[in-house]
Amino acid sequence: MDQFAVKVFVRLRPSVLDPAGEATKSASIKLGAEGIKSLRIGKMIEVKIEGNGENEVREKIDLLCDRLFANTVIEDYEYSLEKL
Amino acid sequence: MDNFTVGVVVFPGSNCDRDVSWALEGCLDIRTKYLWHEFSDLSDVDAIVLPGGFSYGDYLRCGAIARFSPLINALDEFVKSGKRVLGICNGFQILTESGFLPGALVSNKNLNFICDDVELDIVSSKGGWFNNRDEKQTIKLPIAHGEGRYHCDSDTLKKLVDNELIALRYKNNPNGSSFDIAGITNEKGNVLGLMPHPERACDETIGGTDGLFTLKSLILK
Repeated sequence: MDQFAVKVFVRLRPSVLDPAGEATKSASIKLGAEGIKSLRIGKMIEVKIEGNGENEVREKIDLLCDRLFANTVIEDYEYSLEKL
Repeated sequence: MDNFTVGVVVFPGSNCDRDVSWALEGCLDIRTKYLWHEFSDLSDVDAIVLPGGFSYGDYLRCGAIARFSPLINALDEFVKSGKRVLGICNGFQILTESGFLPGALVSNKNLNFICDDVELDIVSSKGGWFNNRDEKQTIKLPIAHGEGRYHCDSDTLKKLVDNELIALRYKNNPNGSSFDIAGITNEKGNVLGLMPHPERACDETIGGTDGLFTLKSLILK
């Protein structure tokens, strides 16, 4: 069995308003940071997972992302995978 | 109707289950039974309410974890059989997460948790959940949510409008919901999800009775 470290990024789709991102953008500007054109907040999920090779692990992660980690009505996801 | 029993689902973190039961039993004389979320035998209940609250602490997304409970898995057959399911607030979020209703509920536009009474237009009579047969097309119900902004893509919205699936719209949109949507039904009409709380408007002494009709309609066949 191989072990993999997976980092999943879940983001609101561009068409979905992100009020938390807007509020943080506003605070960033108040802090004095200049030039911020856009700020959106997502989630990062770290998973350590075992499987027989990368393809099998990718299948499992695809299922998790599609059914649980992200709601694809409002969110997109992508992930990176590193063999340990 | 004497034996008609409404199952009130209890998840870890539900907090409107007792209010729903009080409204049904105390105000409408309809028998209720609490259903723990790990329960999957729905054969002795005739309708189901998914109450408000914070199932699983709203972890990941509101309703996202509740969707995987044995009871929600058993709900598919219950809905297909035509029996009625009412999802209130967190219950509405669970119904969208689990695909019984389209769209999703996300953070209110102004990020506030809004606790208020709102005026609502009754848009569709599908499923008979609301009384729009007389002059009164507007009702007042309480809302209490931080993540009640209904969102769907334009194709879904068109489908909702064309098929008369929009049950309620806010008169003064409090949370930024698409098309002012406060509640929708499935195509058959036997599943209703709404953010306002009808169970909190069932007695004049607590501010109104506009929620009675919806709860009473649980016993419709």
